[in-house]
Amino acid sequence: MTQPVIRVVGLGKSYETAAGLFPALRGVDLEIRPGEYIAIMGPSGSGKSTFMNLLGCLDTPSTGDYFLAGENVGQMDKDALAILRNRTLGFVFQGFNLLPRMSLQDNVALPLVYAGTDKEARRSAAREMLDKVGLGQYAESLPSRISGGQQQRVAIARALVNKPQLILADEPTGNLDSHTSEEIMRLFGELNAEGITIVLVTHEPDIAAHCKRQVKFLDGEIVSDHLTGAAA
Amino acid sequence: MLKAMLGEAWLAMGANRLRTALTMLGMVIGVGAVVIMIAIGQGAQYAVQQTISTMGSNLYIVLSGSFTTAGVRSGSAGGPTLNVADAEAIAELDGVANVAPTHQGSRQLVYGSQNWSTSVVGTTPPYLEARAWNIVNGASFGDSDVRSSTRVALIGKTVAQNLFGDEDPVGKTMRIQQNPFTVIGVLGSKGQNLDGRDQDDTVIIPLSTAQRKVFGTPFLGSVRMIMVQADSAESMPKVEAGIESLLRQRHRLREGSPNDFFLRNLSAAAESEAETTRTMSILLGAIASISLLVGGIGIMNIMLVSVTERTREIGIRMAIGARQKDILTQFLLEAVMISFAGCLLGLVLGLAIALGINAFTGMVVVISGSAALVAFAVAAMVGIFFGWYPARKAAQLDPIEALRYQ
Repeated sequence: MTQPVIRVVGLGKSYETAAGLFPALRGVDLEIRPGEYIAIMGPSGSGKSTFMNLLGCLDTPSTGDYFLAGENVGQMDKDALAILRNRTLGFVFQGFNLLPRMSLQDNVALPLVYAGTDKEARRSAAREMLDKVGLGQYAESLPSRISGGQQQRVAIARALVNKPQLILADEPTGNLDSHTSEEIMRLFGELNAEGITIVLVTHEPDIAAHCKRQVKFLDGEIVSDHLTGAAA
Repeated sequence: MLKAMLGEAWLAMGANRLRTALTMLGMVIGVGAVVIMIAIGQGAQYAVQQTISTMGSNLYIVLSGSFTTAGVRSGSAGGPTLNVADAEAIAELDGVANVAPTHQGSRQLVYGSQNWSTSVVGTTPPYLEARAWNIVNGASFGDSDVRSSTRVALIGKTVAQNLFGDEDPVGKTMRIQQNPFTVIGVLGSKGQNLDGRDQDDTVIIPLSTAQRKVFGTPFLGSVRMIMVQADSAESMPKVEAGIESLLRQRHRLREGSPNDFFLRNLSAAAESEAETTRTMSILLGAIASISLLVGGIGIMNIMLVSVTERTREIGIRMAIGARQKDILTQFLLEAVMISFAGCLLGLVLGLAIALGINAFTGMVVVISGSAALVAFAVAAMVGIFFGWYPARKAAQLDPIEALRYQ
């Protein structure tokens, strides 16, 4: 049995609000194994975004433990978290979040800058990833010159460039029309078929239907966790 | 990684050119002002030092004392209290380089159809050495000329021009009052002294000749003034004390009675003038460096705006693995680059204006490499100092908040 990429035990997160301590997440247990393709679902305020922030090492839990690739994340300081994000995670955001002044190639290569990779290796890795998402010919263009769907592909290339163990996608199709959304989901499907673990947050059932496993959140707890037809 | 960050800082600067340029302007003006002020200040100092060096360095003059006849007091150098023997005795003192008894007055010179009134100085050869005065044409007189009271004269440049015009004065005979004098040399030009008097408008003749033929003297061998040059600035206090005690002893002055001579330090006046210009240039530099401070605050202001504007970008960078240190370095680098570029432009502008001032007003400016280096160091420090707070603010942003920022 392989080691899980993600294992959370009794994970809880509370926020200080004017009305007192608000528990956004109340003791969540979950394991994600390599090669899984999992959708995190739930309405606004269900705790799924808080959960994603914790999974993405952008935030630290109030209670419980989070093991990412076997390492306990709860004990780490900010810089250690940054290094962990850089080496093991790839982010895909709803708003694409490309840096507008940089060429697509430089955008894709950015995680490698922080990893300390040398210039030539950065360039070739970025090229390779852009080719993989089918945008190699736009390498020198600025993000504003391409469509939203293409920008999201570039963001996926950026998430892949450091060969992460896990891709975290937060509403990746939220800003896209249904046709483009389908294309993006197809790309995710292909990547998963190559063995890449993907965790995707969405509130759209038809997007979640592409995933092999669905986890539903409500009021800070997991209310359902089941495999879908796509898993077959 | 630093290289990649430099490239990014360059991009960020280029993203809003007008803003970057205006921010830089603060540094440009600050550094430019400092460079100009230093150039002018050092130029003024240099000019004063030049004037001092034409006067001669480490000089004292001893003037004969005043005397009272029937209630009428003469001014200084009025009484015959100093003589050539005093000068010879002073020359024996430790630390004394040159001693020249002098007798000076204004007389009319005549050559051919030209005449000119000038200051006639009767003295001995050490006078020229004490005042570091050279002969550009002809030769000086010697001790034998002083002993035998020969009628020879050295003339200043102004006298040569006014009396002889284009002619070569050397070997010509002119008259001082009724007495014919042979011009044996022309003195090098010294220009104005600190009072603005033309030092070249003078005639130098042997002391004994001056006393016998030109001025006359109540007692043979008495002089009104003795010029003394110490061999170094360090020995000046010793020489001053030595002259005073020597002359009191020679003049048989009792304890408690006043000196019958005046001792003046010529260099002190000049040095106080130099001190004044030095203080002035430090003051100007200090005022100019305030504008550097203002420029630095401008950089801080813009960097703070930039951090706020780019909050989302910072969030993205953090999400994909930038450490606090990386964000800090990036923004600090931007601030330093703006500061440096501004400094470079300011340096060029300042030098251009300083040279322009020199070309158009003739004011002396001194451009020193060390001043430029200091300006650069200050600019780097301003960039780091004023860039630190905004960069730190950026580095300490919470990645989740930053990513959510619209």
